Amino acid sequence: METFIDFFSFTDPNVRYVVLGSILITASSAIVGTFTFLKKKALVGDAVAHAVLPGVCLSFIVYGEKNPLVLIIGAFITGWLALTLIDIISSKSKIKEDTAIGLILSVFFGVGIFLLTIIQKSGNAAQSGLDQFLFGKAASLVGSDLVTFSLVSVILLIAVYVFFKEFTLIAFDKDFASTIGLPIKTMELILTTLTVLAVVVGIQAVGVVLMAAMLITPAAAARFWTEKIQVMIWLAAIFGAFSGLSGAYISYVAPSMPTGPWIVIVISTIAFFSFFFAPKRGIIIRYLTQKRIQRHIVDENILKALYHLGEEEKNFFDERTIETILSKRTLQKEVLLKSLRRLKREGYLKNSNGYWSFTIEGKNRGQRVVKLHRLWEVYLTQYLRIAPDHVHDDADTIEHVLTPELEARLEKLLNYPTTDPHESEIPYA
Amino acid sequence: MAMVGDAISHAVLPGIVLAFLITGSRDSVTMLIGAGTIGVLTTFLIEFFHKKGKLQTDASIGVTFTWLFAIGVILISVFAGKVDLDQDCVLYGEIAYVPIDLWITKAGVVMGPRVLYIAGTVLLIILAFIFIGYKELFLTTFDPSFATAIGISTITWHYLLMGAVSITTVASFESVGAILVVAFLIAPPATAYLLTENLVKMMIISSILGILISISGYYLAAGTDGSIAGAMAAMSGVFFGLAFLFAPKEGYIFKILKKQSAPTRLE
Amino acid sequence: MIIQADDPIVEIHDLTVSYDKKPVLWGVDLTLPKGQLIGIIGPNGAGKSTLIKAIMGLIPNSSGYIKLFDDELSNVRDRISYVPQRETVDWDFPASVMDIVLMGRYGKLGIFKRPRKVDREVALDSLRKVDLEGYKDRQISQLSGGQQQRVFLARALAQQADLYFMDEPFAGVDAATEKTIIKLLREMTERGNTVVVVHHDLQSVTQYFDWVLMLNMRLVASGPTAETFNTEMLQETYGGKLTLLSEVGNLLKQGAFPSREKNEQVKS
Repeated sequence: METFIDFFSFTDPNVRYVVLGSILITASSAIVGTFTFLKKKALVGDAVAHAVLPGVCLSFIVYGEKNPLVLIIGAFITGWLALTLIDIISSKSKIKEDTAIGLILSVFFGVGIFLLTIIQKSGNAAQSGLDQFLFGKAASLVGSDLVTFSLVSVILLIAVYVFFKEFTLIAFDKDFASTIGLPIKTMELILTTLTVLAVVVGIQAVGVVLMAAMLITPAAAARFWTEKIQVMIWLAAIFGAFSGLSGAYISYVAPSMPTGPWIVIVISTIAFFSFFFAPKRGIIIRYLTQKRIQRHIVDENILKALYHLGEEEKNFFDERTIETILSKRTLQKEVLLKSLRRLKREGYLKNSNGYWSFTIEGKNRGQRVVKLHRLWEVYLTQYLRIAPDHVHDDADTIEHVLTPELEARLEKLLNYPTTDPHESEIPYA
Repeated sequence: MAMVGDAISHAVLPGIVLAFLITGSRDSVTMLIGAGTIGVLTTFLIEFFHKKGKLQTDASIGVTFTWLFAIGVILISVFAGKVDLDQDCVLYGEIAYVPIDLWITKAGVVMGPRVLYIAGTVLLIILAFIFIGYKELFLTTFDPSFATAIGISTITWHYLLMGAVSITTVASFESVGAILVVAFLIAPPATAYLLTENLVKMMIISSILGILISISGYYLAAGTDGSIAGAMAAMSGVFFGLAFLFAPKEGYIFKILKKQSAPTRLE
Repeated sequence: MIIQADDPIVEIHDLTVSYDKKPVLWGVDLTLPKGQLIGIIGPNGAGKSTLIKAIMGLIPNSSGYIKLFDDELSNVRDRISYVPQRETVDWDFPASVMDIVLMGRYGKLGIFKRPRKVDREVALDSLRKVDLEGYKDRQISQLSGGQQQRVFLARALAQQADLYFMDEPFAGVDAATEKTIIKLLREMTERGNTVVVVHHDLQSVTQYFDWVLMLNMRLVASGPTAETFNTEMLQETYGGKLTLLSEVGNLLKQGAFPSREKNEQVKS
């Protein structure tokens, strides 16, 4: 608890730098990453992250010392060159884009490593710390880094704000954007530049390999919670910022822990949580919806079976045994009992001494299912020319699906038929 | 599929660390099994998020491999004292130590560099795999729906291939590191692809390129005192660049020349 | 108008096929005769390719069953050949014409075995039939669209099947190639093979096909061309969409309903 207070009071300037720096980096990468994600070019960020290394080394070799601005310029040049080369290779030869990405990424990185080892062995004392570009150094950010980070973040935010409309359109429908006279090339160039900028800065915090996660993962997580791009950008930024903060905190509590990887673990956890538990798009909710629908279908089928029994015996409110119901509909007994109890709870059925009977609501619902079933059979035979002896199975599904609105349209379209193709009466309410 | 290879090469890291921790040594067989498992798991996760989670493939790849790699790095930090691996080695390997790391049998006989045996074994496994499954690999890669139609399982062969990628990655891991493996997985075939249109020739050319890259990369590194693995990756880029520009038919220069000469022929 | 074939080679019973839970083909019920050239026609998105993919087991059926040679697909795979749409494969793939045609032998070879001399002879013979004998060592990336289509055809011939399903074999080929292909298909049916072709061009239907299937999300007509291919049926096939049907399809997709109830059997 004490460390918690120590950390969040931000009295220690180092803590302040690390936290602010991490948050700025993660949030701005997440915002830019949202657009690369939506353009389905998520891995381009990965390529840039690897490609900046030779630039950093070259500018060090040329300039002779570790001036952050010079290093960033160098990084920027090779990062940008890499993207251009990927474009050229995939458009001017039969090599596909993902191969071009992998190729450029690894070759640039190889050149970077090669240069780095040469610098390290050259004996220039100023070189120590260059490898922060490899692994990141979020835990040892200082005031001057923060100035650079803030500057870059502000540029990124302003650019995204100004070009929001254009970026969205290009990500969604490039051809259309071009037909309405948007300068596609310029816009793509700006977006590329922003990506490179985000990477060049972000890489100093989390390192080469994990930079891709900073760009991709927050956007991927945010996508599961919303259908609106504005909300998605905000969410991505918040997820990113939160992971930056948590990463900083973890390595503050346990100094041996590397900040970058922990940032990635936190953001990945958020992403996996989103994949599974997000409302609407999540894996779990989709699974549960399916289960719910299956229950709904079983329930309606039992009501339908009881309605059929009622039709046959011309008495809808008679009490039936479980065996009688099973004679109408093959079901596992446990499934039937569960469903019967559920229907009783919901007020569709009554139970006395093991005998089950309709309530008014139950009869009406059963009747609606039967009506829809028979209407759909009429529709299939009339409009789809399906033989009367083949329409039953299909109607068995659709009877559970039709909404009241479609029900009304179906009735009108078929002009309120009185019987189905098997001469059974269609019961209207 | 090139980026799936990239993803696997990063994602096997936790597998390697765990194999170290469990066996307490660089027992190669365990490591190959561990990495093969993680490689297949990575492939599975990518597919799972894509199919069940409806996440686009590129994002699915990016999320999966960064996550596994981060776990690997953290494991290394946590067990820093127990695992004979550090971050530098993971990223760019140290092929220069290969001759020092000898395999000495229990009887004390020096058998030569250990890595040589591992790499040799893996080479044999891969050759056998390609030889036996050539037909199926060819068909499932070229035309998956036809393959399915005649009853060959595309999924099985996809996983087998990814398993093969994983063990290759692990075998090269110590020597050249996670990222540069990718250069060797992608660059030689991509270069050969520009030079020939025949699959068998393409495989032969990429193997020769691999050898050329190794030799030239080594001398480049020796001459400049730089990283051997880095120099090799740089050389693989040079070879690709040459092919891209000067390949007889697919080369950029050739295409430009053809474009320029085409109108004159019309006149 | 759905006419049933005597002694059918293909029997489809109550087939519903869905993509991502949304049915694209509803309740298809038909039989196809042996030894005929059969055309599948219908507007874009009518489910033509879907139907043959479902027959080949490339897409799972939501309901119904398919019988080929009065048997399950898995038992008769080696008697059936499938030609996918030309654009579905990467024609930059490093392979020669011979490599592709030999693929037709893979099903008969079984796993792990290499093509034998007899397989090469069959492949060569197939290439001769499509007039590409001289191209056997050519790389596939150098072929024209019509030649690519003929290579696919040769691969199908090399399968030596009895029943052929071809997805748009005339798409993007020139008139001369189309003539060659149709002549070849004719010869095949004259030898007693059955060929089912997804086709786009209404002009040539009567001239090409003995039997025609007309689809638009459901089966509109199936029968001998002379009896089936008429204005009334065409109007019904091409005359607009069944909006109610597609809306129900969308509901199925959104709600992730099962397209058919599986576990329960209905008694009544």
